[in-house]
Amino acid sequence: MIRTVVNLDFGTILVDWRMLAKGVAWTLGLTAVSATGGLALGVGCAWARIHGPAWLKAVTGAYVELFRNTPFIVQLFFIFFGLPAAGFRLSPEAASILAMVINLGAYATEIIRAGIEATPRGQVEAALSLALSRMQIFFHVVLPPALRKIWPALVSQIIIVMLGSSVCGQISTEELSFAANLIQSRNFRAFEAFIVAALIYLALSIGLRRLLNWLGPRFLFGD
Amino acid sequence: MQVSRRSFSIGFAAVLSVFAAAEATGQTALDGIVRNKVARIAIPTDFPPYGFVGSDMQPQGLDIDMARLIAGKLGATVELIPVTTANRIPYLQTKKADLVISTLGKNPDREKVIDFTVAYSPFFIGVFASKATELKGPDALAGKSVAVTRGSVDDTELTKVAPASVEIRRFEDNNATISAFVAGQTQAVATSAQVAAAMITKNPQLGAEYKFLLKDSPNFVGVGKGEDALRAKLNEIILAAKADGTLEALSRKWLGRSTGDLPE
Repeated sequence: MIRTVVNLDFGTILVDWRMLAKGVAWTLGLTAVSATGGLALGVGCAWARIHGPAWLKAVTGAYVELFRNTPFIVQLFFIFFGLPAAGFRLSPEAASILAMVINLGAYATEIIRAGIEATPRGQVEAALSLALSRMQIFFHVVLPPALRKIWPALVSQIIIVMLGSSVCGQISTEELSFAANLIQSRNFRAFEAFIVAALIYLALSIGLRRLLNWLGPRFLFGD
Repeated sequence: MQVSRRSFSIGFAAVLSVFAAAEATGQTALDGIVRNKVARIAIPTDFPPYGFVGSDMQPQGLDIDMARLIAGKLGATVELIPVTTANRIPYLQTKKADLVISTLGKNPDREKVIDFTVAYSPFFIGVFASKATELKGPDALAGKSVAVTRGSVDDTELTKVAPASVEIRRFEDNNATISAFVAGQTQAVATSAQVAAAMITKNPQLGAEYKFLLKDSPNFVGVGKGEDALRAKLNEIILAAKADGTLEALSRKWLGRSTGDLPE
């Protein structure tokens, strides 16, 4: 008996376009907030790991090692299912954002630190001879060229975090993968649902990479 | 750029054709079981007492006993495939399993994509919450948060009766659903009486109790769409087990209650 080749029916998926659109909105929203927060956290921790007092170096070092060496989903579950035991209860969305910010922050710290350490000492000495303060030197002399050097790596990390947000559906955050999963659990069109989700993710990733490559030079480090 | 774009589309087409080829190899599930002497049966491992992992790390429960019984009657050894509530039907559709014995309820949506045997065990679902939470019926859920396992009958039934203002929180499997409720992330939980009983026993501090019934929904064995030979054979086995009291004994052993009146 020869069965028919898979008959794809995308209509059954696209009819739920509202759910998908909501999922896309959540995925983008989570990514926007966590990229901003993670970047700020990364800059702060990178500064602390290089210029901070010894105790702060130890704390940020422990933070970076802890979050770069444990899986994202475990961090997410810890925040959502574990912290309430300590009396710290967050909504699924807040837990997702917190997990993403902390996770991106840890990776961004190391990426940004690499950029800062690649800035020639001569530039810092030149700035010192102009009597700039330490903060002025960090934000105007050291950070911009550092960000320029590591921007492609940072953009990749932000995209990894966006794709990683797909596991936030596990704690009932209604992002894109959650929407695809919910649709396929109702109409059993798993193949189509995940093809659609994959194509949307692909488009989002390409779009986000272009956007960040455009934004970075204009607003973070003038080219 | 042109070249890479083309090779991308060729690669994509190749991937699709692999899927298509896998679907096209036609043979019935029963043929496969008889020839290989192995029945691949999808079972739950997160659904005590129907299916859970015992202290010896082996799956056990009513569904697992049922799987062994059926495989034995088919003259095959059993290959247990642990599945979750959300992926048990895809496992059947993609032929990763020959049959599903996984507390599967029957509804018209599911009947469109898979076929069902006669019922083999009882099951009912309801809404549970702390004693302090006043919940007389579905309408009382308004403005409250409820945890439920996505894609389960619990989800379908809850969605059907819940007023629009209910915050329904859907989780991947029963463990996550229960954990969310136990952690206080939701005010109520919609699940089966058996799962709720296990939760209440393990977490007496919650003071959780049964609030109202969502559905009396017996379990059926699921087979792939159009697997009529397998379905007929399974019906024969299940009806024989019902007639000789095996199903009743299984229900007593695992659920502590009679099978009641199972639909055929």
